[in-house]
Amino acid sequence: MKYFHLIWAALFRRKTRTILTLVSIVAAFLLFGMLDSVRSAFDSSSHELAGTQRLITSSRYSIIQPLPLALRDQIALIPGVRAVAYANWFGGQFQDPKNFVFSYAVSPDYLDVYPSIHLAPDQRKAFDDTRTGVVIGPKLAAKYHWKVGDRIPLQSQIFPRKNGDKTWPLDVVGIFDVDRDDANGFDQTLLMHWKYFDEANAFGGHQVGWYVVQLKHAEQADQVSRAIDALSANSDHETKTQTEQAFQASFAKQFGDVGLIVVAIMGAVFFTLILLTGNTMAQAVRERTSELAILKTIGFSSGSVLLMVLAESVLLLLLGGVTGLGLATVIGPALGKGSGGMVPIRGVSAMSWATGVGLMVVIGLIVGALPALSGMRLKIVDALARR
Amino acid sequence: MNKTSNFLLDLVLVAGLGVAFVVWTKLGLTFVLAMAVLFACWLGFSRGGRQSLSIVRIGLSTLGGRLGAASVIVIGIAGVVGVLVALLAMGEGFQATLQKTGSADTAIVLRGGSSAELNSVLDRDSVNVIEQAPGVQRDANGKPIASAEEVVVANLPKKDDPAVSANVQLRGVGKGAWELRPNVRIIEGRRFKPGLRELIVGQGAARQFAGLGVGHTIRLAGEDWSIVGHFAANDSHDSELMGDLETVASTYRRGSSVQSVTVKLTAPAAFDTFKAALLSDPRLKVEVSTTRDYYSKQSEQLTKILRIVGFTVGIIMAIGAIFGALNTMFAAVTARAREIATLRALGFRGGPVVVSILLETMLLALLGGVLGAAIVWLAFNGYTASTLGSNFSQVVFQFKVSADLITTGLQWALAIGFVGGLFPAVRAARLPVTTALREL
Repeated sequence: MKYFHLIWAALFRRKTRTILTLVSIVAAFLLFGMLDSVRSAFDSSSHELAGTQRLITSSRYSIIQPLPLALRDQIALIPGVRAVAYANWFGGQFQDPKNFVFSYAVSPDYLDVYPSIHLAPDQRKAFDDTRTGVVIGPKLAAKYHWKVGDRIPLQSQIFPRKNGDKTWPLDVVGIFDVDRDDANGFDQTLLMHWKYFDEANAFGGHQVGWYVVQLKHAEQADQVSRAIDALSANSDHETKTQTEQAFQASFAKQFGDVGLIVVAIMGAVFFTLILLTGNTMAQAVRERTSELAILKTIGFSSGSVLLMVLAESVLLLLLGGVTGLGLATVIGPALGKGSGGMVPIRGVSAMSWATGVGLMVVIGLIVGALPALSGMRLKIVDALARR
Repeated sequence: MNKTSNFLLDLVLVAGLGVAFVVWTKLGLTFVLAMAVLFACWLGFSRGGRQSLSIVRIGLSTLGGRLGAASVIVIGIAGVVGVLVALLAMGEGFQATLQKTGSADTAIVLRGGSSAELNSVLDRDSVNVIEQAPGVQRDANGKPIASAEEVVVANLPKKDDPAVSANVQLRGVGKGAWELRPNVRIIEGRRFKPGLRELIVGQGAARQFAGLGVGHTIRLAGEDWSIVGHFAANDSHDSELMGDLETVASTYRRGSSVQSVTVKLTAPAAFDTFKAALLSDPRLKVEVSTTRDYYSKQSEQLTKILRIVGFTVGIIMAIGAIFGALNTMFAAVTARAREIATLRALGFRGGPVVVSILLETMLLALLGGVLGAAIVWLAFNGYTASTLGSNFSQVVFQFKVSADLITTGLQWALAIGFVGGLFPAVRAARLPVTTALREL
């Protein structure tokens, strides 16, 4: 640490070159921050611990195939099941098909199996008591400026009411809060009563889209899901039960291998970056040959010269990389918003920061290695004589 | 004084570049070629041009000594162009697949307000009204050529990883389907027989999902279906399974309602009559579009996302590459400061010096661009991928690296080279001869 000012001075010996290199590094890590947040948006559900308590039971053949309500009581009897909630996809849109609203018709106990949704007790009571009541996530409320007490006409893309009208009048009775790390996207979601939906829906008939099964113990997930699927084996409504994470991951995977695309792009970027900064470092050390020789003359060991050059390149990477990731933290969400929520960019997660800093150090060591070695092997006499 | 004027000059250059870049991206290939020809003439036939050429020759001959630095430009720009072209090729391929689907002389009718078949439902009476509407082509027996269709989504294991299953579209089609889609050819086996649980499989779906070979049996909606044929349509129907409407509807308990009706029109011009007749009919509340419009609309959103992502990633990478190029060229100019000063002392003017350094950078950039585009073309042109289309099911499409995209990529490469070379070039030309000669 006591050599810090020396390393710093060496780094900014050629200001133009260092700054130009820094900008390239900033660009690379800005990209890394944003792409990694897209990737994690697609598979964050796979390492979310909160969901292990829940299983999703849907039709084995396709998600659009409804299941009979009668299954609910049978599932509830299976040992290891704490609660069974159910939901239907509503496919809501507000005023225009472009204003898509994530909306589900849910059973009364749905809110109980998702403890990450926090609804004030009085609003919860209002929701339970109002047939046409809905509760909405904070982001959705902000997007359309909906408040408690508003009556909103929500159209369904799929379900008309019994009178043939596709517009459903709904009353906002509550706005809930969602735990920050919840990956289900509930903060943009509208929840309405399944009962109201089922009674008023022209195609109703005691059918539900999927069941959410809360477990007593997460370890029993396998055996419970097998027991649930056995209930309907060989019937005309066979089910497929999987953990919530697996359910979401299988959905995300269908968009394409986002992870692979991101890794390919980042591979190209970092390969170029290594070449670029490697070149800078090589130039920097070549220019300073005589200075390094003087350092050695006044008593710096070969080892400390090696370490100093390595520290310099790691510092260069860290300076640029942290700036880049910082920028991604700021720009990313704005960009996600600009695309109307189509490109799922959120802030840079702690995980991305950790990976990013790790990458900075590793790349710094790689690009510093050759110049540092040549600095270490420098013979004082040769270097001073410019041989 | 000198510093301020340098700064002002840089400012002017940056502003100029901004304008130039906007103009540049709007220009097509013809203009670029015309510029190149004009520029070549200037190089060959004017004094300044010949001076520039000889400086470039010196620059290029010393390139061997700066191989590492030069490869920063080449590989950096190859990366930008490669990623940009690959992402755009994905969007273009998806769009091309859906735009090839459908034609101007067939129309699809959905329930009012529906944007995709999955959201739509039409009852039997409406189907009859639609089929009898004016503008619908009739066959030799006087019957309208139409197909009422029902799309359901099935979940099948994927071939590359049987543990993962994805959605596939199963389309139940009516009798007119073969005449409505003349591009659907059976490539193996035979057509399904109405009334039996038989399916034919599109070649894209057959490649993507496991267990869809001819002769196999699969289980859907609790029933066994036999695969009797494979078909090629070379459009988005390639990602589907097809079977008989009545069988599909009864197996999936849809009763007599269907989701859409596709009809053959007497001529593309008859579409307006047909649409007007349906919209004014008080018994119906429907959406009418030609199948071509219907399918190309479905590609809009994904193509838009890919364009946004492609250009955002491309711009950020381009910024990185520009600074890499600047770095390299500044180093090159500094290393050659004495040599350039000598040339200027000999009577070479500033202009040719600027042009020659720009030219060198842009040659390297072009090399990078060609390299990047070539890699993407070799690796991805025709590469088959799939994604979630509308109706919640997989659409198989191929990457399409078109000449247009390659041109876009090369335009980007040249622009990056130009910006990366301009500032070092101006600095080289403005360096006072005496200072430069005294350096080192």
